[in-house]
Amino acid sequence: MSLLKPRFLTSQAGLGLVISLSILALALLGPWLAPHSPVALVGPRYGAPDASALLGYDYLGHDVWSRLLAGGFSLVWMAAAASLIALAVGTLIGMTAGFFRGRFDQATLWWADVFLAFPNLILVLLVVAMLGREPWLIVLIVAVAFLPGVIRLSRSVTLGIAQLEYIEASTMMGYSLPRILLREILPNIATPLLIHLGTMMSWAVGILAGLSFLGYGVEPPAADWGLMVNENRAGLQIQPYAVLAPAVLVALFALGTNLLAEGLGRANAGIKEKA
Amino acid sequence: MESSSKLAGHWSASATQASDSGKRAGLTLALPAWLGWALKRIASSLLGIIVISMLVFAATQVLPSDPARTILGPEATEDAVQVFREKLGLDQPLIKQYWQWISRAAQGDWGHSIDSNMPVTQLIAGRVNNSLALVASVLVLIVPGSLIAGVFLALRRDGWLDRTLVASMIALKAIPSFAIAIGLVMLLATSVFSIFPAVSLLDPNRSAFAQPQFMILPALTLVVATMPYLVRLVRGAMIEVLDAEFITSARLRGLSKRVLIWQYAIPNAVIPAIQAIALTTSVLLGGVLVVEVVFTYPGIGSALNAAVDIRDIPVIQAIVVFLAASVMTVNLIADLATVLLTPRLRTRPGKEAA
Repeated sequence: MSLLKPRFLTSQAGLGLVISLSILALALLGPWLAPHSPVALVGPRYGAPDASALLGYDYLGHDVWSRLLAGGFSLVWMAAAASLIALAVGTLIGMTAGFFRGRFDQATLWWADVFLAFPNLILVLLVVAMLGREPWLIVLIVAVAFLPGVIRLSRSVTLGIAQLEYIEASTMMGYSLPRILLREILPNIATPLLIHLGTMMSWAVGILAGLSFLGYGVEPPAADWGLMVNENRAGLQIQPYAVLAPAVLVALFALGTNLLAEGLGRANAGIKEKA
Repeated sequence: MESSSKLAGHWSASATQASDSGKRAGLTLALPAWLGWALKRIASSLLGIIVISMLVFAATQVLPSDPARTILGPEATEDAVQVFREKLGLDQPLIKQYWQWISRAAQGDWGHSIDSNMPVTQLIAGRVNNSLALVASVLVLIVPGSLIAGVFLALRRDGWLDRTLVASMIALKAIPSFAIAIGLVMLLATSVFSIFPAVSLLDPNRSAFAQPQFMILPALTLVVATMPYLVRLVRGAMIEVLDAEFITSARLRGLSKRVLIWQYAIPNAVIPAIQAIALTTSVLLGGVLVVEVVFTYPGIGSALNAAVDIRDIPVIQAIVVFLAASVMTVNLIADLATVLLTPRLRTRPGKEAA
C-alpha cells in the first residue's frame, strides 16, 4: 500500500498537468489556427459537420471548430488573472493578520466572513449588473470573491509559523516587516497556497464560464466557450456538437487544474506523514 | 490529511471570537460556559447581516442609470422625472435613503418591482419557496447519502472501490454545474433517454413538492455537483478518527468492531461534517442561479437572472440580501452546533481555535 500510494498520487498530478497544459495550448494557439474567422457566417444555421467544418455550424452559421479555437483565450487569461490577484493580495493580508493577531486579525476575519456570505457567482453577477461587463472588472470582482478564502488559509498557516523561534529571532534582530513576511514566513507557507491557487483556478473557470453562460460575460459576437453553450442551447437536439464541445472543454480545464491541485496536495500530505 | 486546504482555512476561525466572555459566564454557576460565547456569536452574525444589507444597497446605488428615468421612459419631460425622483426619495442623502429602505424592509416591504410594479415580497415569495424546496430536497438526499458513503469508503480505505470512487469524485467535483446540467439534459431528457422534462414548467398555484417530475433534473444536477465534496470530507474525517489514538486504545481494550465504529468513530467524524454541510448549503444557495436558469425553474435564481437583465433594482436587492443573510444564518447555526456537540469546545468555547 505504501508503495502504491505515492505513484498513484503523482500520476494524478501528472494527468492534471497534461490536461491543463493541453487546454492552455489550445486556448493560446487556437486563435492562430482557426480555419475561419470566429464571427464569419460560413454555413447554414445549426448545419451538420462537413469537410470545411469539423464540428458543424452554430445558431447563426459560424464554424463551431473555429469558434472553439478562438473562444478559450478569454476564459484562460481571466481565470489565471483573477486567481493570481486573489492569491497575492489575500496572502499579504492573511500573513499580516496571522503575524500580528489581536484586533487587526479579528477585524480581518470578520470582514472575510461577511464577504464569504455572498455566493461567488451572485457577488460577481451583482457587480456586473451594476457596473458593466468589462473583462478587467470581472477579473477584479472574481478576485475579491476569492479573497476571504485566501485570507483565511494564509492566516491559519501563518499562525503556526509565527510562533516558531526563528521568527521570534528575526523580530528581535530588527528585520523589517516586509522582510519577515516575504522572506522568512512566505517560503514556508508557499505549498498550501500554491495548491489553493490550483483550486481557485478551477473555481474561476466555473464562475467565468457560468457568467458567460448566463450571458453576462464576454459580449457576443466574440467567441467564448461559456457563451457558445448558451447561444446554441436551443439547438441541442439538432446540432449537439455546438453545445457539447465547448462544455467539454470548460469541464476539462476545470478538471485539469483541480486534479493538479489535488495531486500536489496529496503528495504534500504524504511527505508530511512520512516526516 | 484528507480535508482540503480550503476547509483548513474555513474551520479554524469560526469559533475564535469571545473566549473571555465565556470564561466570565462560567464563573456564575447557573449559566453554561458557552452561553456568553453563543450570544456574542449571534450578535456578530446580526451585525454581519446589517453590513451585508449596506453593501448591497451601496452596490445598487452606484449604478450610472437613473431609476426614475427608467420607470417613466425616455418620453417623459425632465421636470416630470425630477418630480418622480423626489417622490422616490432619490434626492435624499444616501444614508437617509438607506435608512428608509432598510426600515421598510425590516417590516417586509422591499418596494415595488420596476418591471411589473408588483410588491417585491409578493413577487418573490413563491419563488423563494420553490428554491427552498429544491435546496431542501438536495440536502435530504446528500446529507444521509454522504454520511453513509463516506463512512463506508473510509472502512474500505484504499480498496479498489474506494480508489475508483474517490478518483471519479475528484473529477465530478471540478465540473461546472451548467456543464453537468447540459450533460444530464442530453442523457435523461433529450438525446439518449427521454425520461424527464428538460424544462421545469411548475404550476405556480401548487407546491413544488406536488410536482416532483419538474424538480428531478435540477435536483440531480445539484446532487452531482455538491455530493462528491461532502462524501470525501466525511471519508477523510472518518479516516482521521479511525487513526486516532483513542480508537487504538479502545481496540486494545477489546471493544467489538461494531461498538468501535458506531459509538466511538462515527460521532466524532460527524462533527467536521457539520461545517461541511453548512458550506454545501451556501454553495447550493449560490448554485440555484445557474441550475434554475438552465431548467427555467421558477425560483429566486432565475428571478435574479431576469432582474439583473433589466436592472430591476428592488428585486435584485431583496434577493441578494436574502441569499447572503441565509448563508450567514446557516454558518451561525453550524458554529453553534459544532460548539454544543464538542464537549471540549462547549466547556471552554473559543479556546480550541487557534
